[in-house]
Amino acid sequence: MASGAPAKRVDAVRALRDAGVTALLTFGLFLPLIGFQTVTDVRNDLILNTRWPLLFAVVALVGFSRLAYSFAIEPWLQNRALKPAVEPAAWRGKVARWIIPFAIGFVVAYPAIVLATAGFGRSVKWIDNFGIQVLIYVMLGWGLNIVVGLAGLLDLGYVAFYAVGAYSYALLAKTFGFSFWILLPLAGTLASFWGILLGFPVLRLRGDYLAIVTLAFGEIIRIVLINWVDLTNGYAGITSIPRPTFFGIPFNADDDGFAAVFGLEYSPIYRTIFLYYLILALAFLTAFVTLRLRRLPVGRAWEALREDEIACRSLGINTTNTKLTAFAMGAMFAGFAGSFFAARQGFISPDSFTFLESATILSIVVLGGMGSQIGVAIAAVVMIGGTEIMRELDFLKLVFGSTFDPTQYRMLLFGLAMVLIMIWRPRGLITTRQPSVVLKERKAIASDLVKEGHG
Amino acid sequence: MEVFLQQLINGITLGSIYGLIAIGYTMVFGIIGMVNFAHGDVFMVSSFIALVAFLLLVSLLGSSSIALVLFVVLIVAMLFTSLVNWTIERLAYRPLRGSFRLAPLISAIGMSIFLSNFVQVTQGPRNKSIPPMVQGDFVLFTKNDYPVTLSVKQLIIWIVTAVLLVCFWYLVTRTRLGRAQRACEQDQKMAALVGVDVDRTISMTFVIAAALAAVAGTMYLMYYGVVSFADGFVPGVKAFTAAVLGGIGSLPGAVIGGILIGLIETMWSAYFSIDYKDVAAFSVLAITLIFLPQGLFGRPDVEKV
Repeated sequence: MASGAPAKRVDAVRALRDAGVTALLTFGLFLPLIGFQTVTDVRNDLILNTRWPLLFAVVALVGFSRLAYSFAIEPWLQNRALKPAVEPAAWRGKVARWIIPFAIGFVVAYPAIVLATAGFGRSVKWIDNFGIQVLIYVMLGWGLNIVVGLAGLLDLGYVAFYAVGAYSYALLAKTFGFSFWILLPLAGTLASFWGILLGFPVLRLRGDYLAIVTLAFGEIIRIVLINWVDLTNGYAGITSIPRPTFFGIPFNADDDGFAAVFGLEYSPIYRTIFLYYLILALAFLTAFVTLRLRRLPVGRAWEALREDEIACRSLGINTTNTKLTAFAMGAMFAGFAGSFFAARQGFISPDSFTFLESATILSIVVLGGMGSQIGVAIAAVVMIGGTEIMRELDFLKLVFGSTFDPTQYRMLLFGLAMVLIMIWRPRGLITTRQPSVVLKERKAIASDLVKEGHG
Repeated sequence: MEVFLQQLINGITLGSIYGLIAIGYTMVFGIIGMVNFAHGDVFMVSSFIALVAFLLLVSLLGSSSIALVLFVVLIVAMLFTSLVNWTIERLAYRPLRGSFRLAPLISAIGMSIFLSNFVQVTQGPRNKSIPPMVQGDFVLFTKNDYPVTLSVKQLIIWIVTAVLLVCFWYLVTRTRLGRAQRACEQDQKMAALVGVDVDRTISMTFVIAAALAAVAGTMYLMYYGVVSFADGFVPGVKAFTAAVLGGIGSLPGAVIGGILIGLIETMWSAYFSIDYKDVAAFSVLAITLIFLPQGLFGRPDVEKV
């Protein structure tokens, strides 16, 4: 098609009709659940309230959005499709080269930046809720990336190993009083042992079936944690788990505490900063080990397995060992993250290890672009940081009234974001991969060329 | 023996509900090869729609004509849930058809999270309980002072399930739509070449799946009298287990699998441990997939290089 051809004129009648149909559809969709609200009255009976203004506001909003789409966005998209593809600008390559060092520098300096901008008192929240929380998910995403992104094994029960790590640390630390530094590798070992144990029966499964069985295993472990009250204290969870120490110096207000030893005024911020650097180090460890493993025979075998299992077997690669090492490696990092989680919270219960967590971690891996470490990190920042920031949007109360609580929309928007990002970029945010074997020159390849693996 | 018979009755009732949901999984998997993770939540949404319809009708008509109310509730729930699932397929799954294999799975998980949180936000996080819609029991026989009863609710569930399964069976085996569905299942490209509207057929599959889930949702509401926004996940996984046990892609398999899962669950609760009843269902899922991946009635999957 000629590049200078004018875009089609907007057909106003069609646009109006489409908007009308969309509005009608929205009305039908939301009539039962937005139009009516089930509430309990004073006699404890369930009665219905109507919410017509809200329903019609939603319908009008959707109808007008559809109209705007027909008049503004659709012609724009068509125009863009007619233009020849623009060569990526030269600055993009430069930005891409500097983005990783910059990101590393930023995360290392993050506590200092927060302290400088938010002040001493408020920065605990920003380092803890944002920094540590996001980094836990970055680490979990990188760990699961080994299983899903490299070996192509779809695992929906990853949170089970996270739980094994957390409970291992909590129980062993409380019962035997071992320190965090002894228990960290131990928790990782136990988790990877469970990874192998659960990996064995599912060696023959692939794809969605593997996902469902791992989901079942994850749920079984959670139900056992709930019901084995003697060991795990059931729903009530385990409280007052010992906190990690700074090479033997505890973070408390005592005379031999961290603040006193270093001659500082006591503040909880020191522990938070310490935990921040701890999880940062663990996350970097995960990334570094993954990078190195990709160059080892086992890492190459994982990627070969993802591309074609039958070819792998005919080349003499032991697929059993390859799959089990992937499960064990992924589980080990989940175990590390789990024991860190238990040490940071000081309290764990089965509620922290639901299927939703597994789904969140898997979605971070897929949304980021399977196999791309930087993509996984970006997805974790967007999805976890984004939902955490919803807690801070107090100014919305001024707009929607004081009863408006933005936090309850967190997971709603999270689910919606998952759907929208998948439709926008089915291959994930970062769609190029760095091959670990190159001929002559090093160049990125499009992820369309990377198979997703049969599982 | 009497305990066993009672559990048999309870198990078949529960199993009918699972079977109705399982058909949705198996049909969608058969036609587009995707595990529709949101299907359990569609079931949950349908029971909320039924709840709203029930409360509305009772406030309009009074609770005297319960049979009429129940019938209307069923129809309303089926209609609105079909609309919901049609829209979901259109917005969240159709753009991803033929793309990267994991994309629809993630989209479905996102949809599942969205639906349960949507219901939580719009209807509140608390359990919604209603007074029993229908009451009454038939005592079948009494032995050792243990009466074996079949409640009216259970009878209604059996009858409604049986009637709908017959309608559904007719739809799939005897109508144009059913033929188009089976054609798309075998080969979408070929079906399109001989004039089958593939998009429409897939949409209709989601509509039928939702209608059957809505029947299950209404029956669930009537049977237990309580629903919550979190009720979609576990029944969903169990129904998926049923579909796998029966052989995914096989429609009679889904129903029989559902009844088997219902029986396993009630028997396990009665004779072993009620705390671990979900473990029983999930273990069945794992064991079936590991040792009998094609299920009881499925076709074995032959892998070609």
